[in-house]
Amino acid sequence: MTATVTQPRAAARPAPVLHGYRFELVKLLSQWRIRLLLLACWIGPAGFVAAVSLQSSLPADTVFGRLMNATGWAGSLVVLDFSCTWALPLLTALVAGDVFAVEDRLGTWRHLLVAVRSPQRIFMAKTLASLTVILLLVVGLTASGIAGGLAAVGNRPLVGLDGHLLAPADAVGKVLLAWACALAPTLAFAAVGLLGSVALGRSPMGLLIPVLLALALQLVQLLPLPVAVQLALPSHAFLAWRGLFTSPAQTGPLLIGLVVSLVWAVVATALAYRLFLRRDFTDLTYEGSGRRVLVTGALPLAALVAVAIGVIAVATPATGSGIEKGKLQDSLATVYGHLYRLQTQELHRPDVTEAQLQAAATCDKGDSQVSDEGPGNDWRCVVTWRLPGATAVGNAIYQLDVTADGRYVADGDGPKEVNGYFQVRTPNGDAPNPLWQFDGNVDLLTSTTKE
Amino acid sequence: MDRTPAARARGITKAFGDVVALDGVDLDVASGQIHGLVGPNGAGKTTLLGLLLGLAVADGGSLEILGTPVGRTLAVPEGVAGFVDGPGLYPSLSARQNLSALASLRRYDADSTAGVDEALEQVGLTDVADDRVRGFSLGMRQRLGLAAALLTAPRLLVLDEPANGLDPAGKHHVHRVLTRLAAEGTAVVLSSHRMDDLAALCSEVTLLATGRVVFSGPLSKLAAESGELDYRLVTSDPEAARRLASETPGLRVVSGSEHGQRLDADVVVRGPVPAVDELVVRLVHAGVALRELGPVVTPLEAAFLALTGTGTVPAKTDQENL
Repeated sequence: MTATVTQPRAAARPAPVLHGYRFELVKLLSQWRIRLLLLACWIGPAGFVAAVSLQSSLPADTVFGRLMNATGWAGSLVVLDFSCTWALPLLTALVAGDVFAVEDRLGTWRHLLVAVRSPQRIFMAKTLASLTVILLLVVGLTASGIAGGLAAVGNRPLVGLDGHLLAPADAVGKVLLAWACALAPTLAFAAVGLLGSVALGRSPMGLLIPVLLALALQLVQLLPLPVAVQLALPSHAFLAWRGLFTSPAQTGPLLIGLVVSLVWAVVATALAYRLFLRRDFTDLTYEGSGRRVLVTGALPLAALVAVAIGVIAVATPATGSGIEKGKLQDSLATVYGHLYRLQTQELHRPDVTEAQLQAAATCDKGDSQVSDEGPGNDWRCVVTWRLPGATAVGNAIYQLDVTADGRYVADGDGPKEVNGYFQVRTPNGDAPNPLWQFDGNVDLLTSTTKE
Repeated sequence: MDRTPAARARGITKAFGDVVALDGVDLDVASGQIHGLVGPNGAGKTTLLGLLLGLAVADGGSLEILGTPVGRTLAVPEGVAGFVDGPGLYPSLSARQNLSALASLRRYDADSTAGVDEALEQVGLTDVADDRVRGFSLGMRQRLGLAAALLTAPRLLVLDEPANGLDPAGKHHVHRVLTRLAAEGTAVVLSSHRMDDLAALCSEVTLLATGRVVFSGPLSKLAAESGELDYRLVTSDPEAARRLASETPGLRVVSGSEHGQRLDADVVVRGPVPAVDELVVRLVHAGVALRELGPVVTPLEAAFLALTGTGTVPAKTDQENL
């Protein structure tokens, strides 16, 4: 062989990430599916909130749902709760879960590689573009829900999950912060979507992975698992934002949830990146590999859950299910005190303070055979309170349905004139007795000695 | 003109698992040359084109693109453009958007729209520039893929089946563009199954079979590799023509059914060109009118079939050809 003397020439410079990002964004926004999603997210929540807020039957199963006709801010929180359950995992699946796979379906990988000349930059551009679209969708959900609520009901105070009133100025901050907190688990699901899209190629399974993961995690979260396990799941922050609506805010579970979600986002993105750089793009029939997904995706993420459980168990006071009799009693008494004051105002009675009321609760779960701990709908509580100048102690009975995430619904069981159903005339129209049914939230991390 | 070879490969090997796609392939493509790459399906053409485009790296051997030795990492040298397995186009974007995006990625230091209209005009797609690619025919996509490659003013253009799906007008556009590029010094490597395209465009061809080069050189030399060809004659007296052919030294009358011959008026003979010339003389002397005479398959096609062992024409061995 005759050697050719040549002057080495550098390979062509790869395209800047910004140009690749712009191209990916154009590609995404040119898809009808993405356009429809954007339209739905920017218009749908406003229509839903406005329509539901004007109904007499409200979605009381959803947190803040029973307040939708009382304040415009509740609608956006209902949208947030629904989004955390279904919409956000689905949106991440449809955007991030397809951003790599679409090139497999179109057979454009080689074209893109020749054009950009850097798999690393292609990955960055695709990741950033899909996150941008997801952000646009989330902003749409936020703005639309708020706009629909404010337009239909108005800018009124919001009753928090401990019964205290949030002035509109505080409510807007809390609502926006809650949506911002939901971005962290959304990023985690988006990263899982990227991983599925890279690992499974044109296979539709890649698209479904974030949704399947969300479904699996929701099933897990229904179980009475130890609190360390619950907090170690990437979807916990989808629930923990509720802690912002108590005073003081239940920041412990929220911060842990945010950190766990962000770690998931980083790890899943890194796994997707590694897998992408190792891919052979000359194989046009690439359909992904189940074994590859298991080894490079599922196992490291399962290991991450295990590590997170260990760290949380060691570094926090988390024990058991996190739902204890004492915490429930404290929470219920606090909510009752705040809402009693609200009822007093609405009924135009002389104002009393929470300190004067000295509200206290005594709770019992099931019968004597059942331990007073953990979630369930068999909690029965008796709230007592005092009025200034009166010697008698008031009693009100509540049935509590407590879920594993710490949320509970208190249903007044009498006496009727205290916590039964009756309409109260408020400046904004008739509303149910605030002590009749209400939502509360238990901090899963704090420990209490009060029994 | 730049004397640096546009592409120079020596002993290139590439395997996908147990499948050997390329086995010691040599390739030389000079600047300003249109080089054809032919071979049966699975011969390794697309793999070789992918290596030239920097989409994959060879397992062994050496490869220089535009004078730059290609390393063991994926990298596309400056000045190389093209496509394999069809042009990569985004159906939700218009033709103009596809090209503008590509221009933005490849020539980010210049106006991204510059040259887009010119490239569209060259391949005859100006009228549909703002239509979504989703509605394009295969031929239109091929031409748009070529336009995309032209945007970067390549010095090595690599095209996989560029004439696929083209109508006569589209084919004319593509041939004209490729010929002009070659005249301006651009090396073009194209694969095709259409021997008429190769004959019209290429000065040299490389014939691959099962990952090995079985022929490389000028087209005229490839035609000579075809050996004895079958010729079809249409005469005024087929019976007399058959008799005269059988009496002509060096000629054999071949059964028409071997080539799907259906007309009784046709006579198919096999033999060297001088023997065919002698038959023509005898026909004229016998007063038999000769209305048509031509090879049943073109010399290039015959050579392809012979060298790749995929046809009925007697084939020489690889070693004989090399």
